[in-house]
Amino acid sequence: MKKHLSLTLLSMVAATVAMGSLSAEEAGHQEIERQKWSFSGFTGQFDKAQLQRGFQVYKEVCAACHGLKRVAFRNLVQPGGPEFPEDAVKELAATWPNQITDGPNDEGKMFERPPLLSDPIRGPYHNDNEARASQNGALPPDLSLIARARDSHREASWYIHPFLMLGDILNAYQEGGANYIYALLTEYSDAPADYKLTDGKYYNKAFPGHQIAMPPPLSDGVVAYQDGTPSTVDHYSHDVVAFLSWAADPSLDQRKRIGWQVILYLIVTTGLLYLGKKRIWKNIKH
Amino acid sequence: MGGHTSNYVPTSRWGKWLDERLPIARLMQSSFVDYPTPRNLNYLWTFGGILTVCLLAQIVTGVVLAMHYQPSDAGAFNSIEHIRRDVNYGWMLRNLHSVGASMFFLAVYIHIFRGFYYGSYKAPREVLWILGVIIMLLMMATAFMGYTLPWGQMSFWGVTVITNLFSALDTIYPGLGTAIVEWLWGGYAVSGVTLNRFFALHYLLPFVLTGVVGLHIWALHVVGQNNPTGLDIKQPSDTVPMHPYATAKDSVGLFAFLILFAWFAFFVPDYLGHADNYVEANPLVTPPHIVPEWYFLPFYAILRAFTSSFLGIPLGQYAKLCGVVAMFSAVILIAFAPWLDTSRVRSAKYRPIFKWFFWFFLFTCVALGYLGSKPAEGIYVIASQIFTLCYFLFFLAVMPIVGLIETPSRLPRSITDDVLSKGGTGLPTGATAAPESR
Ligand code: HEC
Ligand code: HEM
Repeated sequence: MKKHLSLTLLSMVAATVAMGSLSAEEAGHQEIERQKWSFSGFTGQFDKAQLQRGFQVYKEVCAACHGLKRVAFRNLVQPGGPEFPEDAVKELAATWPNQITDGPNDEGKMFERPPLLSDPIRGPYHNDNEARASQNGALPPDLSLIARARDSHREASWYIHPFLMLGDILNAYQEGGANYIYALLTEYSDAPADYKLTDGKYYNKAFPGHQIAMPPPLSDGVVAYQDGTPSTVDHYSHDVVAFLSWAADPSLDQRKRIGWQVILYLIVTTGLLYLGKKRIWKNIKH
Repeated sequence: MGGHTSNYVPTSRWGKWLDERLPIARLMQSSFVDYPTPRNLNYLWTFGGILTVCLLAQIVTGVVLAMHYQPSDAGAFNSIEHIRRDVNYGWMLRNLHSVGASMFFLAVYIHIFRGFYYGSYKAPREVLWILGVIIMLLMMATAFMGYTLPWGQMSFWGVTVITNLFSALDTIYPGLGTAIVEWLWGGYAVSGVTLNRFFALHYLLPFVLTGVVGLHIWALHVVGQNNPTGLDIKQPSDTVPMHPYATAKDSVGLFAFLILFAWFAFFVPDYLGHADNYVEANPLVTPPHIVPEWYFLPFYAILRAFTSSFLGIPLGQYAKLCGVVAMFSAVILIAFAPWLDTSRVRSAKYRPIFKWFFWFFLFTCVALGYLGSKPAEGIYVIASQIFTLCYFLFFLAVMPIVGLIETPSRLPRSITDDVLSKGGTGLPTGATAAPESR
């Protein structure tokens, strides 16, 4: 019986090793590199100055095509975000190029008005069809959730996988989306000679399928930073991705702060309960 | 409840008055205070309490979420974002509820494997075990419908794929499957109508679940708890009163579990979810990989193991039906464990052969989970088929056969004997029997 068992076990191991080598082969495709973020890990928090720069990049570059409809102007003032002064944001809203459709007014007509603090940060298009019509049929997605709505997967053999998962859980790794968008913004290049690029598309190693309808949005010097940060694509990308990560998860700072209080409370209580339990069971063998 | 008589003595006049009319305090005292529990229970026995807390936590967080949630095609996704961004501590409620569902399943799977290892399903605990399987089915239905509520891409396509399974019945009676699917959807496609009824059921089922949990605990208190030796309770010194002994241990287990829970809820709340569910449902765009939540992956792997053939056996038009039947049987079969297992010895501790098969069965389930997360192609399909076979063989071959051919190792005479013979200098019996005299 035992022999039989080891035989089954052996064949299982053989099958699983075969599977492992298969997934290693698949790993041929582009691996997304992990970046260092101020907000990564279980202690990470957003860097206010970086979020402010990131918003500047969004406003001056991305807003030409992408909306941010789940973020309201007032959110830019709130703690845990870029924390711009309220007056500056009021001014910003009043001069925002994309107006809010409101109404009907007393004459029963809809009208356009500048946004208020409580209004969402609208993109240039009123609906998806308008967006597609002006973007060659491609749809620039709203960016408010994009950092959560994308991910980057690591390929690994089945016997490595559990350890990578455990490592990610213990390190509180949640930046798959951020790393992907950073790669997307920085990995534009000329298509390899044997690659057939569709007209009006751009070669990008990070994008699934490698051809994207978005023209490379960033180049060195397009945004003039006020705080002395170098005006490079690398800095722009890090900053705008940090901003988008905040937009997708505005409670991150508070979440981790409360998280530590909860975890510490639970650890101490578990310890005390354990001591109590030991004492109660002291005279009873079990 | 059950075989143990109460020694409740009301301490106040009001208590006495109530006790003569509704002996609820007496019931509580006999069920949860001086109820005798085996003295040798390990931490795997704390999961029942943990599960009760999980259920209550899901109900509390769920009811508050429901106050801010809108079950409509246009409103659902936006209302979740409203909860995450604008409701006070809404992000916390939502994380606790979605991570809570995963923790609930983690706990229930540990609870079930505990039962397999120590033979807790065997007589006289068959009804208790079947009630457990019903609880698991209800949990699955609840979680499945709950996962549709955020109305993201994975929600939408998950329901589409799973409800479509019923169309496999068309191969038995043309039109039957389609009729059922359309009845479930409330239309010709998954839509806001489907979402609305799923929300109604998602609100209802946890309370049905609570009722079945009540029966589960009732049945438990009639037959008593199993224990790591699998032996029956034979003498008073085999047990200790539930309070403060079991309760002290349960609270340690619960709080340790809550550390894990909090870690996920506060530091990696999206780890167990899928990025595609942050994209609003869109019937026109199919995501590249449709995968269910992690706790369904082993069953999903069984479903997908039935391609046009299974381990070389051609299935033809019945492939889908076979997959669906196999997936549901994989759960239902668990309920038959009490009759499939022919061994009279409960605990795998004393079953030298079964013990190995137990660990291999655990490995099978984990492997199926891994395969369920992989695309159904090439070697993954073959591996899924092999492990699916292993899953069913555990119930249909290992359980009946091993019980007949295996010679169990020598069982201790009683729980007390087993405990006292464990290394070190045992305390005098007088001291160990102390709990009864306290
Ligand atoms: C000229 C218009 C334009 C500008 C400016 C622009 N984008 Fe895009 N973006 C697009 C279009 C069009 C798509 C859709 C691409 C596709 O589906 O092929 C897109 C897609 C994306 C995507 C989604 C990629 C995916 O995985 O689906 C991200 C993320 C993104 N843009 C980020 C940005 C950021 C950040 C900026 C500013 C630095 C920016 N975009 C500036 C037009 C633009
Ligand atoms: C057995 C107990 C329960 C389980 C296993 C369960 C499971 C789930 C799951 C898996 C989700 C999707 C989570 C997500 O992706 O966000 C969900 C969402 C939801 N559940 Fe439950 N649930 C339970 C009880 C309840 C109860 C009792 C209620 C209300 C009375 C409730 C209300 C909701 C609501 C409103 C949502 C949508 C909000 C959201 O997705 O964050 N749930 N549930």
